[in-house]
Amino acid sequence: MSLTAQDTMKLTKQILSAARKRLLQMHYESGVGHIGGNLSCLDAMMLIFHEYLGSEDRFILSKGHSAGALYIALWSRKHLSEEALCTFHKDNTLLAGHPPALAIKDILFATGSLGHGLSLAAGTALAQQLKGQNGKVFCLTSDAEWQEGSTWEALIFACHHSLSNLTILVDHNNLQGFGCTSDVASMSPLAEKISGFDLSIQSINGHDLVAIRQALNAPAHKCRMIILETIKGHGVSFMENRMEWHYLPINQEQFLQAVKEIDAQ
Amino acid sequence: MRQQLCDALLARSVNPKMIFLTGDLGFMALEPLQQSMKARFINAGVAEQNMVSVAAALAREDFEVWVYSIAPFCYARPFEQIRNDVTFHKLPVKLIGNGGGYGYGVMGPTHHAIEDYGVLLTLPMMQVFIPAFDEDVAAILEVAGDDPNPAYLRLGRGEVPQDYKVPVYAPWRQLTAGEGMTVIVTGPLVGTYLNAFRSLLKEQRPNLWVVAELPLTRHALPAQLLEQLAEQRGLCVVEEHVQRGGLGSELALLLLEMKLSVGSFHHLYARAHHYASYGSQQFLRAQSGLDVDTLVSVVTDKLKKDN
Repeated sequence: MSLTAQDTMKLTKQILSAARKRLLQMHYESGVGHIGGNLSCLDAMMLIFHEYLGSEDRFILSKGHSAGALYIALWSRKHLSEEALCTFHKDNTLLAGHPPALAIKDILFATGSLGHGLSLAAGTALAQQLKGQNGKVFCLTSDAEWQEGSTWEALIFACHHSLSNLTILVDHNNLQGFGCTSDVASMSPLAEKISGFDLSIQSINGHDLVAIRQALNAPAHKCRMIILETIKGHGVSFMENRMEWHYLPINQEQFLQAVKEIDAQ
Repeated sequence: MRQQLCDALLARSVNPKMIFLTGDLGFMALEPLQQSMKARFINAGVAEQNMVSVAAALAREDFEVWVYSIAPFCYARPFEQIRNDVTFHKLPVKLIGNGGGYGYGVMGPTHHAIEDYGVLLTLPMMQVFIPAFDEDVAAILEVAGDDPNPAYLRLGRGEVPQDYKVPVYAPWRQLTAGEGMTVIVTGPLVGTYLNAFRSLLKEQRPNLWVVAELPLTRHALPAQLLEQLAEQRGLCVVEEHVQRGGLGSELALLLLEMKLSVGSFHHLYARAHHYASYGSQQFLRAQSGLDVDTLVSVVTDKLKKDN
């Protein structure tokens, strides 16, 4: 990550609103889905990219299907150009439906197959510690991703190695590809399931920037997890808490309606 | 080869950027490495998927990373992590699998690794190293360690006659010379054929080669080997690996591309993941027709037919 502490830019409502609209526009113009899960994690990602990532810090998007939110966060920080964004999901693009490998400096790993990101983040955090560096590592997972056994392997490793420079964020929107997470393979309450591990856990409103800041500003003496209680499709009334917006693309009428709603907020 | 591996890794670990990860294996072999490397020796536990992804991340942060397990656990469970996290990012993680082929014999089919290098060679940039002799391990560790690509080392157990002087390591080595067909073997299996081949008459004795690095495109085929093959006295490839995707198919394709006719092509390979009963590595090799008698019969029968 080449952002520097001096570069960090306070996230305002206006910046966030512009990002949300640009994310929708990008998906509308490309005719692709995964919008709901992008909107559930966009607030936290934007905050991290605008206010928390310094030059030694790393961000790993484990829920790779929210690549759109990652591209928008990078665009918002001027690490991706408008021209690049216009190629999203099209032929000859670098902005694939899931984060690409080796194509964009700020994207460390190609993700998209769930259950990889936390291990990659743990390894990166361990590397920082072995090098005596002070960098922090942020890893954003989905909630359904905790159905992957490898995610638990990574949690065991992160806690065992006391990776206090690792922050695990869970986009807990309780909807996955083909049902409610609590109906498909419930881990509810997730915080309780994880509480047996040696890490600090907080559950907060994942759309409340003040709450997210408070959680991120708290001193970390051990690996920490912030469960972001989020709403799939957040900010667009007809998408909120609707499973189908995991996959559906958005048409022109819906796009215009969504933009109108965001402008009115 | 575990002792030789430990010695070679120990020597290489003077590099402070070297990190060794094990999936909770190495008892009675790797303790000196553990004691010497301290925090850089990481027992990642029985969690191979996580171990490989952690290795990829460490390699991305410029560490020299070695990952160890027994061969079947090294590539099969964490295959997606090897593919996505290691090879897609061109990270030079080195995977070491002990007991390749039927190496864990009577431990049963879950512990066999007879499709390991074939599977891994389907991945971009992946390099494979298969020491044939205990003495190869140190040299291979250096070659693999210095290679900028991801790599897999398939270890076994050195199996050479007591009086045999092991030739200095090279990717290709000719071990016996004669007027018979050409035999190409990979891995320690080759050592089991030496006595039998040396006792054959010159007219029957094969030109026996061992190859230790794959894909074959890593090195040009030796000129002497090409000359022997061009005489069309037949070629037999022998490997403790399934038929598909192994040395035999890769070599056959290469020879076709080169438009080199070898006369006749024979392939002895690991025939099954399951047999009617279990047994040692030697037993399972014999079940597959990888034993000395089978190979000698192939070599001598071929000669009889030609005459």
